[in-house]
Amino acid sequence: MKLRITTLAAAMAAALLAVPAEAKTFRYAFQGDLNALDPYTLNETFTLGALGNVMEGLTKRDKDLKIIPGLAERWEVLEPTRWRFYLRKGVKFHNGEDFTADDVVFSAERCLSPESNIKSRIAAGTKVVKVDDYTVDFITTGPNPILHYEWDTWYIFSKKWSEANGATKVQTSSTQLSPFTLKANGTGPFMVESHQPGVKTVFKPNPNWWGKPEHNLTEVIFQTIKSDATRVAALLSGEIDMMDPVPVQDIARVKANPGTDVLTGPELRTIFLNMDSLRDELLYSDVKGKNPFKDARVRKAFYQAIDMEAIHSRVMRGNSANSALLISPLLFSRSAEFKRHPYDPEAAKKLLTEAGYPNGFAVEMDCPNDRYVNDEAICQAVVAMLARIGIKAKLNAMPKAKYFEKAGATQKYDSSFNLLGWTPGSFDSHNVLLNLVGCRDGKGSGAFNYGGYCNPKVDELAGKILVENDVTKRDDLIAQAFRIVHEEAGLIPLHQQTLAWGVSKKVKIVQRADNQILFYWAQKE
Amino acid sequence: MLAFTIRRLMEAAIVMLTVALMAFVLFRFVGDPINQMVGQDTSLAEREELRERLGLNDPVLVQFGRFIWNAARYDFGISYQVKRPVTSLIAERFPATFELALTAALFAVLLGIPMGVYTGIHRDSWLSKLFLSVSLVGISLPTFLIGILLIYVFAVQLGVLPSFGRGDIVRIGGWTTGLLTVSGLKALILPAITLGLFQMTLVTRLVRSQMLEVLRTDYIKFARARGLSDRAVNFGHALKNTLIPVITIIGLQLGAIIAFAIITETVFQWPGMGLMFIQAVQNADIPVMSAYLLLVAFLFVLINLIVDLLYVWIDPRVRIYGREA
Repeated sequence: MKLRITTLAAAMAAALLAVPAEAKTFRYAFQGDLNALDPYTLNETFTLGALGNVMEGLTKRDKDLKIIPGLAERWEVLEPTRWRFYLRKGVKFHNGEDFTADDVVFSAERCLSPESNIKSRIAAGTKVVKVDDYTVDFITTGPNPILHYEWDTWYIFSKKWSEANGATKVQTSSTQLSPFTLKANGTGPFMVESHQPGVKTVFKPNPNWWGKPEHNLTEVIFQTIKSDATRVAALLSGEIDMMDPVPVQDIARVKANPGTDVLTGPELRTIFLNMDSLRDELLYSDVKGKNPFKDARVRKAFYQAIDMEAIHSRVMRGNSANSALLISPLLFSRSAEFKRHPYDPEAAKKLLTEAGYPNGFAVEMDCPNDRYVNDEAICQAVVAMLARIGIKAKLNAMPKAKYFEKAGATQKYDSSFNLLGWTPGSFDSHNVLLNLVGCRDGKGSGAFNYGGYCNPKVDELAGKILVENDVTKRDDLIAQAFRIVHEEAGLIPLHQQTLAWGVSKKVKIVQRADNQILFYWAQKE
Repeated sequence: MLAFTIRRLMEAAIVMLTVALMAFVLFRFVGDPINQMVGQDTSLAEREELRERLGLNDPVLVQFGRFIWNAARYDFGISYQVKRPVTSLIAERFPATFELALTAALFAVLLGIPMGVYTGIHRDSWLSKLFLSVSLVGISLPTFLIGILLIYVFAVQLGVLPSFGRGDIVRIGGWTTGLLTVSGLKALILPAITLGLFQMTLVTRLVRSQMLEVLRTDYIKFARARGLSDRAVNFGHALKNTLIPVITIIGLQLGAIIAFAIITETVFQWPGMGLMFIQAVQNADIPVMSAYLLLVAFLFVLINLIVDLLYVWIDPRVRIYGREA
């Protein structure tokens, strides 16, 4: 009898242990919503990241953001303006259709259509030519070394599926969501099982994926949790396995909890300050008839008055990396050559005196309060630090919707001094030099140059960088341009934020610096 | 009665027009919705084109006129952020808010009235003192703090109730309900308590003070002298006469619960209208904001009307005076 019970128990235990397909559901939450499942409608990291599990581009980026083959097996530059991409064979879309060159040509047209929000993926004027079913040529108007830099988030649509589902046109920003945007058909390792915009999305693994799966999940559930405290509580209580972001003040608590941990790492976004050096008279200042920010000494005085160590340890509680450049060191090979101008209030005061402002002056500072990590607190610290050198800065903190309207192009850069953050979409310095540093020409250059800093020499270098195919020479040109901006303190770089993901200890997941949540690398116990 | 109702409905239309106009004037200050609708690489020309297409460059009065004309045909436009018709968004979100508000109101009434009666009758018992201390907490702690405390205790520490969401829902026609599944009911408990606690304490205190007053009156003494049971005196005579102010308050509070479940819904990620509204404010999503404000105005007018009609039904004196006037 006793023996039988033991045998039975052993058999049951064995049965329990040997369940072959154990359900492994990975639940994660983000502060924002997942709306349309058309990745061409919104050029935004979270949406593109979520869809990156479902759809794929010709290239992919690995765990360290290095470009690797995706739907294209390999590629070569035939002539400086002709790139040839060899497509992977035997790849199928989720609905069973074969992936061919037609899909690439179709996706390129769709990407460049007027309604698309990701037009920047393919340089204007590029021709896409099908050579055969598995070869595609890209013919550019000039040499373009970074042609394929953003193609990891230019996801390929199935031509037939798009035609059958009315998805040939991109969802426009001003019209109603079309039914096709609630579905998705890609070639990726996961498929969308169900999607309720703004509430919940369920993913299932794609059994026919061409690659070798690096995850062990059987289901993934995404939900939006807006409130910081609730997102933390949901993680601590084990209702979710992962969430992003962990608020700075809760990092210690999530780490202290036995079942959870915080993954931190550098983020690509750089936070910096703009000073209006374009207008002849500042809009918001007590200096009349001239603009003190036109004088590089004044800008450098502001730079040296800001104690970044204090901001790093107090405001950011150690969760930031101070930066001398407007781009993350992960994205520019020679960033180590640049050092911040040292914090030195005495030197700053001397510079102000030399420039003719021994008693400082008053200026208003505009700052968003719901966009970047502790954005308003950073501005408050800057205002207090500037007071030590006699600058009476008055802080206007406002919600992002208001801030971008006032300080940006909408109200003609109606600001004298402000804080902004930027991640170059192409992961490349040219994007920074064009958008943040380039002279404003109203056409595209300097569109996000909220201070209007302008140095034609930098623009000239940017033009050369755009067409230089040689990597070493190109990096040298970039370094030259950054050197000029650094020396005359055209803008004041502050820091890169830190990513903070809350994860259950049962889960192993790769945190990439671009903050895409890619669960095809997730393992759950 | 009919004339009374019609007059009230006319007033309602004027109230709603005023609300819409004020909202529109305020919308000029909420910021630029375009930045939230496009990616950072979108060119200035494209942004301008989008602004033109949405009619944001028109004068405020033109925008307002267009809004009223469409609203009169029950068309509130398309949400800038979610890109779906606002009417269907509201229809989708309303059941969640309504179920939550109703549960919270039931919780407030079913617990608040007995507690009020008890503390009114047994003024000095220790249980009364306990009830009053609890109600003090309910009145003085802000909603979001109560919500977070409940989440901390019941979700994080004890792990018995979910900290967010609505659980599994069942779809019946155009309505979604969480009342038919175990996870839906479990998910409802914490938000309903959070939302209803303030109302419960309000009802308790109101019923108590009314009871104390009524119990001192002559007809109660007379009823006792007639030898009626305590039960008949307390509930049949006393409680009934305390109900007029209580119904007014509960009615208006129900409107407040539906309209301003914003904080509770945000804390619990409850997929209702309040959460939708707060997101709309952050993104300057004008169609959603205007429709929501109008809906709230309508709800308040409607509830006021119902409360007025209830008066007439409960208190015959109102009926008589109403006829004379």
